[in-house]
Amino acid sequence: MAARSKGVKLYGTSFNGHTSMVECALRLKGVAYEYVEEDRKNKSEALLKLNPVHKQVPVLVVDGKPIAESLIILQHIDDVWKDPPHLPEDPYKRAKVRFWADFVGKKVVPIMHTIVTLKGDEQKTAAEEFAGYLMTMEDGIREELWTGGPFVNGDNPGLLDVVMGSSYVWIKFIEAVAGVKLAKREETPLLCSFMEAFVELDAVKELMTPPEVLLQSRGNPGAKPTATSGD
Amino acid sequence: MAPPSDDLKLLGSWASSYTHRVQLALKLKGLAFEYAEEDLADKSPSLLLHNPVYKKVPVLLHRGRPVLESVIILHYLDETWPDVPLVPADPYDRALARFWCHFVDDKLGPAVGAVFASPSEGQAAAVEQVHENLRLVERELREGAFAGRRFFGGDKIGVLDIVLGCGSYWLAVFEDVMEVKLVDPEAFPLFHSWLRDFEEQEEVKAIIPAIDRLLEYARGVRQMMLGLSPQQQ
Repeated sequence: MAARSKGVKLYGTSFNGHTSMVECALRLKGVAYEYVEEDRKNKSEALLKLNPVHKQVPVLVVDGKPIAESLIILQHIDDVWKDPPHLPEDPYKRAKVRFWADFVGKKVVPIMHTIVTLKGDEQKTAAEEFAGYLMTMEDGIREELWTGGPFVNGDNPGLLDVVMGSSYVWIKFIEAVAGVKLAKREETPLLCSFMEAFVELDAVKELMTPPEVLLQSRGNPGAKPTATSGD
Repeated sequence: MAPPSDDLKLLGSWASSYTHRVQLALKLKGLAFEYAEEDLADKSPSLLLHNPVYKKVPVLLHRGRPVLESVIILHYLDETWPDVPLVPADPYDRALARFWCHFVDDKLGPAVGAVFASPSEGQAAAVEQVHENLRLVERELREGAFAGRRFFGGDKIGVLDIVLGCGSYWLAVFEDVMEVKLVDPEAFPLFHSWLRDFEEQEEVKAIIPAIDRLLEYARGVRQMMLGLSPQQQ
């Protein structure tokens, strides 16, 4: 369990994918932080002051200075606490990691929100779209970044491992809610292998809420969860 | 030691503000490159090969290897050729610059585009959305981390100036074509003076297309969107 410290403060929400991404990164870097739980339906004055533009979690405050947006926070964490590195040294490979992280934000996250709100054929189509994005990532990672694993970043997890690895429980959650298989080992073997390796890491294990618990926290499976939004 | 930039090629489009960002960065850093104009209605095999995921410009090819997405390209340029840095050195400044770059691409840019795309009934709402976003930028310039700076990057243009600046010229174009007021200097004095300073930089003047050309282009697109036949040039 990470020690708590006043120098670094994370405002987040339980059962929120963006929050857990940031917590995972902090824990992997061994950063001591204080965690502040925000009520999504009743946001604190502090949060609204720290993130007036989007009024959302997660917000990371380092020595009184706030940073918002999970992918930006992840890069910031890597800039401040350089060891162990979450990005490759080579600028070209860094650009590839950034590209795929951006792809997750642009394509994967939105479709994850959408799938659970749809039914029947529409949901099936959305699931196929999602599976397509995973396959695109699989090919890209294999061609441009993979050096044998177990992680995209190599022996140790890096930014993409954090982003996708922390989303694994949400993928499973959506699979349960929608009754569709999204991450198929035969289609995306690398993704499945590094996501599975990620959720087993000692540093992050306790943050990886089992899908059953996520389902319970969101009430009925048919209800609309804000599965992966910052909110 | 920085590698020579003797194998840089940019696939772009003359009216694409994302392309202009990269052209401006290359100019500021003094990097020579080959430019290839893409016809976005008839994309080249090279573009489709190097950007199969989005099929968009700009694409920077360095030694034949593609770097995609304008903000990612700017980071790549800085990391490969560290002279004339564009991305802030301080981690917090850097995070702020990235945050506002994302705001431009995620909120402000689409809001400005919506003004252009909206039918007359939707215009007032679209314009208000732009103003809401500009107010956030204005406040940041007035009271936030950028208060007192000439440019977002400090005394010199940085990555956020490039990202916000290359695209802000559309504001004046849309004001003309759509007959709306988007940047009232009284409502947004700091944004207005920042933009004026940005557009007066020699490198910026060399990159941004002439306003007449942009106006002509925008009028043509607007007419097509409204279902009228485009005027003969």
